[in-house]
Amino acid sequence: MDKNSNLYTYLYASVMVVLVALALAFTNGLLKEKQKKNVELDKMAQILQSVKVESTAATAETLYNETITAAYLVDSKGVVIESDARKTFLVDVSKEVAKLAVNRRLPVYEAAVGGQKKYILPVYGTGLWGPLWGYVSLNDDKRTIFAASFSHQGETPGLGAEIAYKPFQQQFEGKSLFRKGVFTSIGVLKSGQHDDKRDAVDAISGGTITSKGLEAMLQNSLGAYNAFLNKP
Amino acid sequence: MKFNKELLLKPLSRANPVLVLVLGVCSTLAVTAQIKPALVMGISVTIVTAFSNLIVSLLRNGIPNRIRIIVQLVVVAALVIIVEQLLKAFAYDMWKSLSVFLGLIITNCILMGRLEAFALGNKPLDSFLDGLGNGLGYAIILFIVAFFRELLGSGTLFGFKVIPESVYRAGYSNNGLMILPPMALIVVGCIIWVQRSIRKDLQEK
Repeated sequence: MDKNSNLYTYLYASVMVVLVALALAFTNGLLKEKQKKNVELDKMAQILQSVKVESTAATAETLYNETITAAYLVDSKGVVIESDARKTFLVDVSKEVAKLAVNRRLPVYEAAVGGQKKYILPVYGTGLWGPLWGYVSLNDDKRTIFAASFSHQGETPGLGAEIAYKPFQQQFEGKSLFRKGVFTSIGVLKSGQHDDKRDAVDAISGGTITSKGLEAMLQNSLGAYNAFLNKP
Repeated sequence: MKFNKELLLKPLSRANPVLVLVLGVCSTLAVTAQIKPALVMGISVTIVTAFSNLIVSLLRNGIPNRIRIIVQLVVVAALVIIVEQLLKAFAYDMWKSLSVFLGLIITNCILMGRLEAFALGNKPLDSFLDGLGNGLGYAIILFIVAFFRELLGSGTLFGFKVIPESVYRAGYSNNGLMILPPMALIVVGCIIWVQRSIRKDLQEK
């Protein structure tokens, strides 16, 4: 058959596409379980990071099981709607955040750190180039932040991407989400700005949009937990 | 089958893809802030270039001329996706730090450059060696650039602190500019400068 004829070209392209599709599907099928496990271990590591427990891929699962004492879902009124820890862990926060607050399933993780109880709440939002997410841990009083860990998909290295590092995250320690009993979230302010009505941290110089995205993320994600946080 | 050792050695210096052919410079800027990701990228590109060279060379007599580039692209893309899936399964942290850049291997000029210039017209073993040589030449440059950028920009090598505290206290501080891509370009320029001074055969008249 003439190599450069139309028929041959069409046949060649079709066969090639089918073979490649098969090869990729086969590879994906083989590796899917391992990849899912890795994603879960990474999520556990991030949750642990929000209560200042460092872990590696090898130690994440053990440390997670030791540190996290309970995980449940609450609704916008603060009522527990699901108490299975595994189901809570598997909830996709990015999908919940897209719903109206009244419809959301809100994961809450309880941790035992240094003999004290901490509450860990997931947050999800939008940065400049892609999504932002993270975990904020609160002390037993459900008011003060113990620590926070943040991640992102594609923020600019050196600018917006700084939210993933300790210097930015450590600012949140000790800040309160409430002022005079009312939920105010945390402000993320550019240098020179002041906010008397709520606790705030410094935004990242040159990373304004990411910083504002983070501020909105905290307001939107944590605000939904208002009823839960106010419960005695 | 003859093992043509010249194909393996030439791209390491005399025909280095980054320094002489000036290919693959974008990823050289992007992943060399630290040594570890640079090495993983270097190894990934070497594997993908060698095997895509091999595959395209095996197929070279049957590829219709009109869809030549597309076929090359499909081969490279399929290989890169497989490498990415393997990393995601067996080296998750590395996959996270390389993320976007892995997919960008597909657009790395070194691959398409060698497929067009060599694999389409040469035997499989020769093509495989050529791909291996060019990948290694690229990896060496990545390592050298990352070595200086990590050392001078973060004071570490492979993540381990190598500059003692006493030097910092004496007034030295990490060069933040080294972590940004423009410095990588300048480092590559310096390496080209050094290479041309040593190798007279590379100097243009």
